[in-house]
Amino acid sequence: MSGEDAVSFINYPLREITCKIVYYGPGLCGKTTNLQYVYAKTNPAARGNMISLATETERTLFFDFLPLGLGEIRGFKTRFHLYTVPGQVFYDASRKLILKGVDGVVFVADSQEDRLDANLESAENLRINLAEQGYDLDRIPYVIQYNKRDLPNIVPSEELSRLLNTRGVPEFNAIAPTGVGVFDTLKAVAKQVLAEMKKGG
Amino acid sequence: MNPQMVMHEAEYHRITGVCERLTREANAKVVFLVDKNGQLIAASGATNNIDTVSLASLTAGNIAATGGLAKLIGEKEFSILFHEGERDNLHISIVGQRVILVVLFDARSSLGLVRLRVKKASEELAAIFDELQQKATAPGANTLFAEITDEDIDNLFKE
Repeated sequence: MSGEDAVSFINYPLREITCKIVYYGPGLCGKTTNLQYVYAKTNPAARGNMISLATETERTLFFDFLPLGLGEIRGFKTRFHLYTVPGQVFYDASRKLILKGVDGVVFVADSQEDRLDANLESAENLRINLAEQGYDLDRIPYVIQYNKRDLPNIVPSEELSRLLNTRGVPEFNAIAPTGVGVFDTLKAVAKQVLAEMKKGG
Repeated sequence: MNPQMVMHEAEYHRITGVCERLTREANAKVVFLVDKNGQLIAASGATNNIDTVSLASLTAGNIAATGGLAKLIGEKEFSILFHEGERDNLHISIVGQRVILVVLFDARSSLGLVRLRVKKASEELAAIFDELQQKATAPGANTLFAEITDEDIDNLFKE
């Protein structure tokens, strides 16, 4: 363990593994909505309270936080701490702080045509901020979600995939308010995180 | 990949022991130890009515934000934060630059007493975390994940 760059937390006495997953993406892409859906649909016994540090207009100011239990592996409880970052461009300092100690990243893209540039800018910002913490976006557990598939004027997901998913990571179409793709996305990233820990262990 | 933080039985009991003694000696209501990524390491005292998971996450966010502020004005970090409430107060300090010690106390204690006791406990805790770090970086320190199979991971996600 080395404080700032510690990744995941294995607690032998409590028999717990805790991992940190961060939802990234441009402003209003649906990061918070993803967490809200997971919160609403998870058995209360398997999750903690959801914290949202938001402005009065419900824009994320610092982060949302949702602790989740996913069951046991070899007698160890697996816990996932889900965080969102504030998407708005000027909150970059906060985004950097939230990426500290991250084990896996979900990039939530806004499928609408007029948000294409914002997606690309946010993905590039993610790459830079990860690199500052010593992570490589081409190696970290990573999943991409194309959200808002129910809206008009959306970019075809093949096109989004071509632009955003050059690495060929798992990708999902989603409609976060109704839950389409939400748990698929979460499972895919959680699975990658555990597989990565296994590789490193 | 960066090293994982691993807590072992022996160190956990020593850490919990230090937190329990600090709770008594500082007349505190609760003492928490949190890592900088927001995960709760240990807690002692009257924790029943407190959402400790949320507290850990918010404390780490608080330390991260004030750490960012410190850097903006040319400080390395603010090693102590104090939040004064109407009844309860929070004393938050960084131990050995890597974990966060949180003391919740009311009028039965005082800021001076808490600061004094925290100083001593911090030194002991820093020494324990040094040992943990050495263990974590030793070769073959963590065999748990090597034993996990792909099937174990798949089973976790069965409907």
